[in-house]
Amino acid sequence: MPSGFMQFADKYLMWKEGPMIWGSDVAILLVSIGIVFVLTYFHKWKWLWREWITTVDHKKIGIMYLICALLMLFRGGADAELLRTQLAIPNNHFLSAEHYDQIFTTHGTIMILFMAMPFIFALFNIVVPLQIGARDVAFPYLNAISFWLFFFAAMLFNLSFVFGGSPDASWVSYPPLSELGFDPGPGENYYLLALQITGIGSIATGINFLATIFKMRAPGMKLMHMPLFTWSTVAACVVIIFAFPALAIAIALLTLDRIFGTHFFTILHGGNPMMFVNLFWVWGHPEVYIVVLPAFGVYSEVVATFARKRIFGYSSMVASLMLISVISYFVWAHHFFTMGAGADVNTFFAVASMLVGIPTGVKVFNWLFTMYRGRIRMTLPMLWTIAFVPCFAIGGATGIMLAAAPADYQYHNSYFLIAHFHQVLIGGVVFGMLAGMYYWWPKMFGFKLDERLGRWAFWFFNIGFYVCFMPQYALGFMGMQRRMYTYPADMGWNTLNLISTIGAYIMAIGFVFIVIQVLYSVKYGERDLTGDPWDGRTLEWSLPSPAPHYNFAVIPTVTSRDVWWELKEQGRTDELKPKAEDIKPIHMPKNSARPFFMGLAFFVAGFGFVFDSMWLGFLGLAGVVACLIARALEYNDDYHIPVHEVVETEATLGRLG
Amino acid sequence: MKTGHSPRRAKSLTFLSAALLVLFATGCGRQYMVLDPAGPVGREELHLIVMSAILVGIVIIPVLILLFYIVWRYRDKPGNTAPYTPKWSESKGLEVVWWGIPIVIVGVLGAFTAKTTFALTKPPAESADVTPITIQVTSLDWKWLFQYPGQGIATVNYAEIPTGVPIQFELTSDAPMNSFWVPQLGGQEYTMPGMAMRLWLEADKAGTYYGHGANFTGAGFAHMDFNVIATSDSNFEAWVKQVKASSPALTKAGYAQLKEPSVIGTKSYSSFPPGLFNGTIWADGGQYMPNMMNQTGSPLKAGIHTNSTGVGSGDSMSGMSNMTNMSAMSATGTSSSQK
Repeated sequence: MPSGFMQFADKYLMWKEGPMIWGSDVAILLVSIGIVFVLTYFHKWKWLWREWITTVDHKKIGIMYLICALLMLFRGGADAELLRTQLAIPNNHFLSAEHYDQIFTTHGTIMILFMAMPFIFALFNIVVPLQIGARDVAFPYLNAISFWLFFFAAMLFNLSFVFGGSPDASWVSYPPLSELGFDPGPGENYYLLALQITGIGSIATGINFLATIFKMRAPGMKLMHMPLFTWSTVAACVVIIFAFPALAIAIALLTLDRIFGTHFFTILHGGNPMMFVNLFWVWGHPEVYIVVLPAFGVYSEVVATFARKRIFGYSSMVASLMLISVISYFVWAHHFFTMGAGADVNTFFAVASMLVGIPTGVKVFNWLFTMYRGRIRMTLPMLWTIAFVPCFAIGGATGIMLAAAPADYQYHNSYFLIAHFHQVLIGGVVFGMLAGMYYWWPKMFGFKLDERLGRWAFWFFNIGFYVCFMPQYALGFMGMQRRMYTYPADMGWNTLNLISTIGAYIMAIGFVFIVIQVLYSVKYGERDLTGDPWDGRTLEWSLPSPAPHYNFAVIPTVTSRDVWWELKEQGRTDELKPKAEDIKPIHMPKNSARPFFMGLAFFVAGFGFVFDSMWLGFLGLAGVVACLIARALEYNDDYHIPVHEVVETEATLGRLG
Repeated sequence: MKTGHSPRRAKSLTFLSAALLVLFATGCGRQYMVLDPAGPVGREELHLIVMSAILVGIVIIPVLILLFYIVWRYRDKPGNTAPYTPKWSESKGLEVVWWGIPIVIVGVLGAFTAKTTFALTKPPAESADVTPITIQVTSLDWKWLFQYPGQGIATVNYAEIPTGVPIQFELTSDAPMNSFWVPQLGGQEYTMPGMAMRLWLEADKAGTYYGHGANFTGAGFAHMDFNVIATSDSNFEAWVKQVKASSPALTKAGYAQLKEPSVIGTKSYSSFPPGLFNGTIWADGGQYMPNMMNQTGSPLKAGIHTNSTGVGSGDSMSGMSNMTNMSAMSATGTSSSQK
């Protein structure tokens, strides 16, 4: 074989790295061939292109986000299992230090940016327009761009595993460790460019949904009539808009350091690494609220529905959501109390961090008192919600303990911290996203996910969670630090680590049950023919499942909170059924392939800059600009659905009043 | 300020430790280092840990009990006679209670936190009359260098200290940022290139205490452990004498070799190049922070003039742990006069 090819294979395809890379190469190849084969065999290419890739329909974009989030949950979870396997016994050689470092870096980055973020965007997209009585989001075309930026950024990030090498400076990626001098190679570039691209999409999503909620609510729906999930979206979007630019700046400057030789964060030539740490957490702390606030919204919807009771303390719930989003900007330095800020600074950030506990605690009490004197149905969404309360309460409690700055000197970067944030991020965010997925699944697909398999998943995942993470609190007190790829046998850490690993495996079984549950339910799941399978309270349950392309044939008028529930109580549900004479032509945005190509252009640019290939990088950027110009010159981007078509659709759905 | 060990305080500490013992059925053995402090700093921190655990417990234990009660009592089973009030959704009284309780708890814990935070920036109060010892710590890839400016010796990956004497650790890094942590003596602090941070620790019992880097620095990070060995004053003096008599000197070339990424065992040196610690800080970015250089009050005035750049501004650069000064530095950073 030519030596040039061998060099290429070693440097970029990493053939010397061993079976894990070979296995991944083979798996990727087989999956790709499989997908191409299935699409060709069933003549689905056109369908894929017309119905999905070029769509600007918020419901379909939401479903695509959901699929990606679940796939990334699998990738991040597989990373976690590898990490826990390595730590199961002391002095283990299952992974080398280099591989371990790469895997915990990709685990953290993927779980936060490519799992949690698309998961909340999935629910925003699927739920918000339906809840507020809108036909789409404010900027459907921009919404598609956001999705494809996320998608191609995730592709770029995942590509690093098999082409050129994964990032290995941890998900926080502090310089100077992440600077060229200590971390050559493309891995860290992959991290920076993928985050930059997906970050642009996230900011756009934040703006999009804020505009949608403020400008496109159904007539009569005052702000204080909005469902709490929509309120939580408002809170999260505000945080996105103000926090994500800080990340964009931080990683842009670090990218300049690495690719163009500037010295923003280097040791030499006047760079200051501490500035990166500050900027990163100015985004990083609000980020955890970005992902947890929508989960709070889900819990609020689920609790009210399945306790068959109005949400308790609605105004308090809204106030606490908004308070959390404001306070979240004043706590970032608690991620580095030990960086040497003075006692005055540390005290300020310590007390501010504790303050977050107040509105959060209020929310927990309000959920409890929503259930109090209700009638609680133990469905899957409700199970996850109930499991969330103790998990988040304990995680929140250890969070307050961590906020006490001098005590944090003993917890910082130890397994106590690891246990804490997994408890709030899994117990808060993942439980919430799963609850939301189960809750709105029938609205997305027209069938329920199987209850029995879901319960197996629930119990495996929950028991596994406690077995995995409770020992880690103790390990923190025993002095074990995060990011150690191995540990000596005489530290007394062996048993607890082994238990923790077993817990991680049990959680994996839980995930497998979710996969089985989805596959089984596609065929055998209970069909939802009413559009209101849970006896819901808000507007989305007044629509058929799945909702027609245009959502509402006639935009409803809203007069109260829980409007659908009120109408059901008063026996007035027919008022929401459209009458043929009221139906007018519906104005809708046209599909477009450009968002897809724009994402692709960003991917090409990112890939070019990862490998310091300026011509490819700028070629990609030129593609981005071309897409922008083409859009600016486009005048014919909308159409009207004629009345007879709407009438026909509604008649088939049996909804004509 | 801390008032030392009043009997009442000691009693409450005993009680709280007993509570933690119950929490960890395995007991606070040598393994639970954070819960088994060997010095005043670690004890102060443990006190805050226990205190905060109890305060948050006051909230979450009732929450957990309430949750189980409510879920059981109001489950949707035929024949459940519990009241059902689907429209009851407001109660000013109840809401005042659960806005109020967390506010009180955060107030109490916040006050304790502030008090401890300020107390720990000073040497431990118990030994206020004892002359402190300074140890300069440099984190390297992937090892720890300890320099004793008062004694003129240096070690790698272990440090001896006398018991009952406050130790001022001055921390820097000549590699990516790390964190210096000896759990049984007290909490950690970052080591950062281009600046010196100050951390007060003290051991009041003789023993060997495990220490480790706590901030990830790459492939050899997991092997960055070291021991801090606390012995009596006389043993410490004897050890210093012995190191001076029997160990090689650390030369500039030797330091350059140490700086190369590697994982090694322990080493002792009878001397080190003058101004090595400050010179390292200077070269790694300290030169861009003239305000920091001008800080006074360091117990140490090592020969900055011998540093490699030859620029001699500020011969007393040392322990700086004040954010206001740091931001001042970065503001004026690049305008400093340098070659």
